[in-house]
Amino acid sequence: MYGLNRKDTVLLLIVAILVAAAPLLLNPFPDTSAMGKTFNAGYPDLMQRFVIFGIFAIGFNILFGLTGYLSFGHAAFLGVGSYAGMWMLKLLSINVIPAILFSIAVAGAVSLIIGWISLRRSGIYFSILTLAFAQMAFSLAASVLTPITGGETGLQTSLNDPRIMPGFLGGGTVNSAGNIPAPSLLGMEMSESFILNVGPWAFTFNWGYYICATFMLLAFYIAIRIFRSPFGLMLKAIKSNQQRLNYTGLNTRPYMLTCFVISGMYAGLAGGLMAAMDPQVGAERMQWTASGEVVLMTILGGAGTLIGPVLGAGLIKYFENIFSKINKATLEAWFGVFPDWMTDLLVTLVYPFIGKGWHLTLGLIFMLVVIFLPGGLVEGGQRIARLFRRGKTGAGALKPAE
Amino acid sequence: MGILEVRNVNKSFGGLKALHEVNLDVQEGMIHAIIGPNGAGKSTLLNCFVGKLEPDTGTVTFNGRSLLGIRPHEINQAGVSRVFQTPEIFRDLTVLENVMIPCFAKRDGSFELNALRRIHNETDIREKAEQMLVDVTMAEKHDMQAESLSRGDKRRLEMAMCLAQDPQLLLLDEPTAGMARADTNATIDLLGEIQDKRKITMAIIEHDMHVVFSLAERISVLAQGTVIVEDTPDKIKGNAKVQEAYLGGTH
Repeated sequence: MYGLNRKDTVLLLIVAILVAAAPLLLNPFPDTSAMGKTFNAGYPDLMQRFVIFGIFAIGFNILFGLTGYLSFGHAAFLGVGSYAGMWMLKLLSINVIPAILFSIAVAGAVSLIIGWISLRRSGIYFSILTLAFAQMAFSLAASVLTPITGGETGLQTSLNDPRIMPGFLGGGTVNSAGNIPAPSLLGMEMSESFILNVGPWAFTFNWGYYICATFMLLAFYIAIRIFRSPFGLMLKAIKSNQQRLNYTGLNTRPYMLTCFVISGMYAGLAGGLMAAMDPQVGAERMQWTASGEVVLMTILGGAGTLIGPVLGAGLIKYFENIFSKINKATLEAWFGVFPDWMTDLLVTLVYPFIGKGWHLTLGLIFMLVVIFLPGGLVEGGQRIARLFRRGKTGAGALKPAE
Repeated sequence: MGILEVRNVNKSFGGLKALHEVNLDVQEGMIHAIIGPNGAGKSTLLNCFVGKLEPDTGTVTFNGRSLLGIRPHEINQAGVSRVFQTPEIFRDLTVLENVMIPCFAKRDGSFELNALRRIHNETDIREKAEQMLVDVTMAEKHDMQAESLSRGDKRRLEMAMCLAQDPQLLLLDEPTAGMARADTNATIDLLGEIQDKRKITMAIIEHDMHVVFSLAERISVLAQGTVIVEDTPDKIKGNAKVQEAYLGGTH
């Protein structure tokens, strides 16, 4: 279907169904219950982040997973995309589509320049060059480029923005109520939600989330096509043996550069969506920790696999929100069933891993995955599937003996 | 006049003179063997042909075009392919994909953004690659990962990859090193067949005299960085200088 083989079509459909049903799936506990307050993730802000970081990681994986070139500066493209999108929301129209398209274009142009220089080197030197560029972009955004980036206060929509497009195309400085208009599409604001109440459950279907999800599915589809194309094969060949490719008469530079730009445009799309969902950008979005995060997501999920980066992004964003929400009181409530001394002991033991300490948990999970599942969560899934299949055939083999 | 002409090539590594005033002519359509004891400079010479090393002085011309100062991919585009001593293949990819890559590569090396074409639909390329695998008797292994092949098969795969490009000159660096006798004989047959069918010029570095005398129409003997004799196999066999170079003294 649409140029995909059966297996890829099934994968895309499964992802589409999961993404569409996410508001239901991520709210398994009643809203008012203790479990629900902690573990439910079906609120718009978090769901938007799941899919936006999913896009970011899919794009990163096109570069890292296929060619093995580890960029440590991808947050720069994310940030550039966000700034570009913000300027469209300020100058042109509050409609999110021109903002997102401009984000992609600007991030693509910036990645062309950075890639053109960084790709002169490979391996660790390439990583360091990209890191240096990203840190440079971060410093510039925070200082010299203040007129464009808003410096340390950042950039946000305001009551003085021109928004020159006619009103029906999202122009206009203020909305009908005289406030700053919120980013919208088809007349609906990004924050608009439809809430479905089923008994004690409340499911939130958010307009902004579904726009992000649509972009993510599109991004995922394009990634599959790239993975299955001759171009993708060449990129895998670069990872496998660049020297042989040279002795096969191919100059690898145009392939690498194209790949780098595509990857940068994915980051730009993610950045643009971030700006569209929450119209304020700060330079911290470009910091190296953000670049490191997308590396973690991709490796955790499974670099070079199609679905891995999306899983990794989801997992990290889930932990970031859920684990950092748990506090001492929550723990005390959980362990309250035990005798006092034991409650205290358990709380003391678990406390460093929650709240602000969630990075510690993430670090442990990351170490376990890298040591025991070098192929990431996808490899874990494959192993379980194999185990399951073996169990099934084993049972089948027993049958005749009965 | 040969298709490949090497004139007065010198190459030193620090104080070591690896190549000294080397002259060599490889005639079109011939299998030309370069033999010599270990450390004679055979691989160094080959490296000078493919852009891996740059000679200190001297010229290397292919079809009248200098191969010096241009990059490996440009040398390949000129029509020179090389099989390495340790097989240079795409280990993480399948055998078929390995051969499809040179089939996809345009002869002029031009870049094509074929990101929205599907490998699956490229039947021409696939058929050509399958045919190459049939030619090197590896057709049934096309779904295997290149990594898991035996050493002999890896080398055969590399040959298929080079042949898929229809090179004018094929450089082979010890194509049978580390192979069992049966594999060696199969490789001899394969190279002989390619030579008969396609008239590809070949330059072979080889230690195994059985291979050399089965295939070569012309032999150059390299010793201590210089060509001591160049002649037909029959004459080389009886040459006293060659005996000396290999055995370290006259008899």
